[in-house]
Amino acid sequence: MAAPLPTPGVGPSPEQEPAGACASCALAPSSARLARLGLAPGRYDHVVALAGNPNTGKSTVFNALTGLRQHVGNWAGKTVARAEGGFSYGGTAYRIVDLPGTYSLLSTSTDEDVARDVLLFGRPDVVVVVVDATRLERNLPLVLQIRQITGRVVVALNLVDEARRHGITVDTRHLTRELGVPVVATAARRNEGLPELLAAIAQVATTDDPPKPLRLIHHDPALERAVADLAAQVEARFPGVPNSRWVALRLLEGDAGIEEAVRSGTLGELATPREAA
Amino acid sequence: MTLDELPRGQRAVVTALDLRGGERRRLMDLGLLPGAAIRADMTSPLGDPTAYEVRGALVVLRRGQARTVHVEAGCSGES
Repeated sequence: MAAPLPTPGVGPSPEQEPAGACASCALAPSSARLARLGLAPGRYDHVVALAGNPNTGKSTVFNALTGLRQHVGNWAGKTVARAEGGFSYGGTAYRIVDLPGTYSLLSTSTDEDVARDVLLFGRPDVVVVVVDATRLERNLPLVLQIRQITGRVVVALNLVDEARRHGITVDTRHLTRELGVPVVATAARRNEGLPELLAAIAQVATTDDPPKPLRLIHHDPALERAVADLAAQVEARFPGVPNSRWVALRLLEGDAGIEEAVRSGTLGELATPREAA
Repeated sequence: MTLDELPRGQRAVVTALDLRGGERRRLMDLGLLPGAAIRADMTSPLGDPTAYEVRGALVVLRRGQARTVHVEAGCSGES
């Protein structure tokens, strides 16, 4: 299991030191209310995790928000561990974690485990899922998987400039309705859509009533029974765990990481109220 | 037919995956689900591996993997 995210209100943890970054070289903020805090946000109020398929522009979004120069490159597996930075918006300080690109939270590779562990056990206040507007269909499975874990999600529909060139327009209002979470069109390398993205992040970070995690109904009665049975046992052992059905399904799949989290009791961390973290 | 038999440039629709466990999951994560449209795009000189276009992305499969993907040629599924 990856180390949990630092607790809000505590200073920067010593392990995050991406090379070549400096807080003083931040660009002029695109929004009057955005202050890029680079590497050292000091105290912060909310944790934002940045997830998405490989090569969707996560690191570009990360740099646009923090003013850092986290290495941006067009190849898979570039961000192998997580990078962290900070920004302040509307008087609130945010710590932001750039996760490795993944197609899925269900496969077994180190990168994907890092991403999943942060999403499950780091309990970020907001998960920004960066998706490629030119390959939306391929990006949506990850959005749905993350929506099964949490409702504290903002979808950054990135690369809309490239999509426009390809004659693709995406109905973000419809997508927002279908996914039950804000979808914001962005072109992060041109700072397009960043004010809207920041507003959506702030709204999700501060809401007391986030959308419920998506609940998929399985149409195979035997599977549905097995999931319901196991979910009830998970809930009995870890009262208050927010996504017992998701955990049950992973256990039925023989997911070693989740088995370990149940065996060691790490899963119980999910059940503690966020305020107590 | 299976995907390895699909001639270059031809389109087909995925009907089933003859795989279990992690490998099946991986192909599904990459968009190879029943109903997905797929096209044989490029073949390496020896015919293995082959690049397939699926949901706007290229996915490269070895012949052994492609053989586990059942397809129906010549009809159009979800884009």
